[in-house]
Amino acid sequence: MSISETDRGLHRWSPHLACSSAGDFEMVAAVAARSGEQMQFMLLFSRQGKLRLQKWYVPLSDKEKKKITRELVQTVLARKPKMCSFLEWRDLKIVYKRYASLYFCCAIEDQDNELITLEIIHRYVELLDKYFGSVCELDIIFNFEKAYFILDEFLLGGEAQETSKKNVLKAIEQADLLQEPRHEYFNVPVY
Amino acid sequence: MSARTQCEERGVIQRECAAIRAQFRQADNGGRSHNLAKLLYVHMLGYPAHFGQMECVRMIASPRYSEKRVGYLGAMMLLDEKQDASLLITNSIKNDLSNSNQYIQSLALCTLACMGSAEMCRDLAPEIDRLLRASNSYIKKKAALCAVHIVRKVHDLGELFTKAARSLLTEKNHGVVHGAVVLITELCERNSETLERFRKTVPDLVQIMKGLVISGYSPDHDVAGISDPFLQVRILRLLRILGRNNEGASDAMNDLLAQVATNTDSTKTVGNAVLYETVLTVLDIKSESGLRVLAVNILGRFLLNNDRNIRYIAMTSLQKIVGTDHNAVQRHRGTIVDCLKDQDASVKRRALDLSLALVSASNIRSMMKELLSFLSSCPPELRSQTASGIFNAAERYAPSQRWHIDTILHVLTTAGGDVRDETVPNLIQLITNTSELHCYTVHKLYRALLSDISQQPLVQVACWCIGEYGDLLLRGECQETEPVQVTEDDVLDVLETVLQSHMSFPSTRGFALTATMKLSTRITENVDRIRSIVSIYGSCIDVELQQRAVEYNALFKKYDHMRAAVLERMPVIEKNSQGHINGETIKESQTVKVKPGEPQHLLFKRLMHSPWLNTDLKLMQPSTLSVFSVVATVTVYEKDGVTVTLSCEKQSDSGLTVTLTASNSTESDIRGFTLQAAVPKSVQLHMKAPSGDSLPARGAAKVTQMVVLNNPNKVQLAYLQLVSEVFDLSPIFYSFGSQNI
Repeated sequence: MSISETDRGLHRWSPHLACSSAGDFEMVAAVAARSGEQMQFMLLFSRQGKLRLQKWYVPLSDKEKKKITRELVQTVLARKPKMCSFLEWRDLKIVYKRYASLYFCCAIEDQDNELITLEIIHRYVELLDKYFGSVCELDIIFNFEKAYFILDEFLLGGEAQETSKKNVLKAIEQADLLQEPRHEYFNVPVY
Repeated sequence: MSARTQCEERGVIQRECAAIRAQFRQADNGGRSHNLAKLLYVHMLGYPAHFGQMECVRMIASPRYSEKRVGYLGAMMLLDEKQDASLLITNSIKNDLSNSNQYIQSLALCTLACMGSAEMCRDLAPEIDRLLRASNSYIKKKAALCAVHIVRKVHDLGELFTKAARSLLTEKNHGVVHGAVVLITELCERNSETLERFRKTVPDLVQIMKGLVISGYSPDHDVAGISDPFLQVRILRLLRILGRNNEGASDAMNDLLAQVATNTDSTKTVGNAVLYETVLTVLDIKSESGLRVLAVNILGRFLLNNDRNIRYIAMTSLQKIVGTDHNAVQRHRGTIVDCLKDQDASVKRRALDLSLALVSASNIRSMMKELLSFLSSCPPELRSQTASGIFNAAERYAPSQRWHIDTILHVLTTAGGDVRDETVPNLIQLITNTSELHCYTVHKLYRALLSDISQQPLVQVACWCIGEYGDLLLRGECQETEPVQVTEDDVLDVLETVLQSHMSFPSTRGFALTATMKLSTRITENVDRIRSIVSIYGSCIDVELQQRAVEYNALFKKYDHMRAAVLERMPVIEKNSQGHINGETIKESQTVKVKPGEPQHLLFKRLMHSPWLNTDLKLMQPSTLSVFSVVATVTVYEKDGVTVTLSCEKQSDSGLTVTLTASNSTESDIRGFTLQAAVPKSVQLHMKAPSGDSLPARGAAKVTQMVVLNNPNKVQLAYLQLVSEVFDLSPIFYSFGSQNI
């Protein structure tokens, strides 16, 4: 299919792909400079669309992040249960998987391998599970900073840094030991 | 504490934030990290948290690990590189990178890799390089990925890390090797010289892969029987980049790839992830044909996998190679076509792309059945693409004219609202060229009109055909299909319904009116009805329709002697096409070609009947109408001794220079001779000064004038209207074909 064919068809397929506001255009421009191989961001959100974790590996303004989050959450929540875990959104590939009440959603680029991204998501879930002991959404809400610490011990700059589950958990354990006891985190109020 | 409504929540948040702000202002107290954590939570809910930025900076500088930890987390969440405050932490990061505690170093590395700006990266790159060489595995693996981020931000710094990256490949630690592979990949993609240098590592990479694939069970890195799939996938990708366009490197990895392709367990997703990457690599490098076949077969197996995800990526990959390995992909056509019926829209889209690519002369009939069936039930966002694809395929491989026309009509009936504008004239052109099917076609279209007049392209073509071939309809006999028994009134009723319907576009009504007019020479009894329709529309509010009606009225009244000739059957429309329509570049000439010695009224007729007649076009009085296509030099006016010729020179893709030359062969001079020109709105016109304003007698000298035209929007029928006092008070009309401007 020639490029012109795609161009002409694009605006008919997905209305939200049409760049209307300046914000949209900025996002597209930011992405174009990449080599095509990177995880751009990871979002965790509930069935009600409440964001539980957001990790951004590309520089975007707060306004852009909010816009992307809103649109993507809407798009993913609209998908039916048996559908593909992959979808094309703007010029990114979105890989998502639902675990209990949480959606794990990664945005990767053109050259990235969708199937291994699914494995990355799964590995992260396993890590959370091992750490919290049968993890559930509430754990992520009440201990969101821990969820980030674990993620940051598994991925760095959007790439996997440690491929052994055991080593990641060991590192977290050690880091936790360094926490000064006075500053153990209390339960954060649920909003 | 839980808020029940948005409003309540906002109130709670505001109170909390006020408390937090107060806490920040206080001197060091035990709860600082707790408060910052609360603020970050509030930020995640979507509330502003800018006032926390400075607190992050302060916390990062704290000697307490827990405060540093939350401080860095806050920095990553609140301080992206666009914020000025981000520069303030550069020094802290620098210090922490050399901290004796590796977990503190780790925080700094993580933060830099996540949100480091180009400036920060330049500042800290030497530190990272140092860590790449001399630290423990825990830090090395992080430093490697940090280097990746730095290279992405500041390409030139790649040079700095090349040497260290190379040596990291020899380490035993999987995390370090993984980081090294990612870093090398990034370096090679940024710089082709670096890529050349790293080709030498292919044997080492092959060795590492072999170790992973063959070695026994390794509990630390095993995932469902695959040893470190993450590392395997990364190595395969690097091999792809190194083997691309290079025979030597591709040879060196051939055996390994065959081994991975054959031995990897494909029952779980993780195995398929590795196989997928292997296939991508095989297809991208210069692999042996046997290996290529193996890869395509893997994709074929993927297509049959129960897992929809696997089917989806199989089709994505097949799409990439359908051009180069067409026959191999054809073997899986059946499965691909089945995927058109999948529930998932993404899968459907992939299947559509592939199916269209697989249409060929031998499978056109069966494929078209599937595609037409798909068109009637596909998601709305895919209709336009499907329609275009069908037209393309039909144009290329139609086994017969009748099949071709039927197919197009089928599409217009099913998805008339989603086809491109050119479909109408293209179809009309096809119909006129298939003279043996005129009767069949007009019958089919008449029946279609009876059932539905909402699909505009279909209605337009139908009106045109009825106007042109209405006599065949009335004859009541047809070889190819069941004839209809209609009266003249029935036919006129249908056209009038279109004329009056609120669903009809203005252009459609134009078609209907013209068709009605044409029937005046094809029917015998009801001409008066036509006369009255035409005269009613003479006061229509739509200017275009009104103009036509007035002109047709004139045809009835003043020019009745010409009417039969004007409304005669259309000659075959010539098409200088390169054979592309509907979606590919249209290089058709849409000019109405001049036949030498052709009487003017015939020219007028052809222009009027032309299906490319844009409703913007103004029709001129028949007696002075001159329409020419663009040829070298054309005489546009020749009367009473005054001759005006026109010649064109194409300047650019959308630009044309027209030179007008006037001469006077009478006995007396003509003074005050001026030419004025007009063009459609979207065409740009620039008239240069004429060489003079008097035409001397007996052709003693000529007057020339240059006109520069620019048609940036490629208006289909660009025309130049010339007005001058000497032209009998009537303008000359000159049209350009789209190939010329």
